[in-house]
Amino acid sequence: MLTCKQFIEELTDYLDESLSGESRAAIEKHISQCPNCWVVADTTRKTIRIYKGMEPYPIPQDLHDRLLAALERKKAAMRQTS
Amino acid sequence: MTTPTSPVFDELALVERARAGSSEAFASLIRQYEGKIFRLAMNITQNREDAEDVLQETFLSAYEHLDRFRGDSKFYTWIVRIGVNEALMKLRKRKQDKSVSLDQEIDTGEETMVREIAAWGENPEERYSREELGGILDKVVQSLPPSFRTVFVLRDIEELSTEETAEALNLSVPAVKSRLLRARLQLREKLTRFFKLKGDDTFAYL
Repeated sequence: MLTCKQFIEELTDYLDESLSGESRAAIEKHISQCPNCWVVADTTRKTIRIYKGMEPYPIPQDLHDRLLAALERKKAAMRQTS
Repeated sequence: MTTPTSPVFDELALVERARAGSSEAFASLIRQYEGKIFRLAMNITQNREDAEDVLQETFLSAYEHLDRFRGDSKFYTWIVRIGVNEALMKLRKRKQDKSVSLDQEIDTGEETMVREIAAWGENPEERYSREELGGILDKVVQSLPPSFRTVFVLRDIEELSTEETAEALNLSVPAVKSRLLRARLQLREKLTRFFKLKGDDTFAYL
């Protein structure tokens, strides 16, 4: 039986699904018997899911326009030096 | 890794056209990725002015060095690495006086301790408006030490693989994994305040 400390050490690989079948089974057995570790696994999984669902920042039009203008200046400078 | 792009060959065709001098093609690449690069820059630098600079410098540098993109990775992975480097340079410049080192491994062991255990509902984020939620997530991620924050942003927000994150930050794979674990545990702990089920009291653990 895994200890809680061993469970924590394996948590990232478990949530990223990069554990071997055997290690995965050991984790699942542990969390089925340890309510605290079940909560840690569940809330950490939700933490990741919620952050992944964040929308990219909307780019203000003027920032986008400034970027395109800077690119045009860069191109002109590159043409001059080549 | 997932990106909101059309298939890779379309993207490569865009890069080819941009290389041949098509402004329109490079503008399409900008439109595709500027939001993600800006978010990355905001998350790392935590400063809007710096993030705007990083956005611009990233795309200008990418344009200048387009011939170095060999097409063996996704364009997004390539441009994210440029963005990370630009953002870290800004961060280092700003933190110079505060002697913060991003390369320093903070290993007190305390970060992997779990202090608060309380169950969350199925979709705890739905308790908040989109705006409130964005504010909470930003505030909490910004409270992480820069060395953990950068790894978390690349792995769990920008969805780079562990290997890509290690490469972008010049870290070993075990170092990425260790920082990611601590970042995730710290965030989980801080978010518990906002997301725990009402009436589910915390209790001591470990």
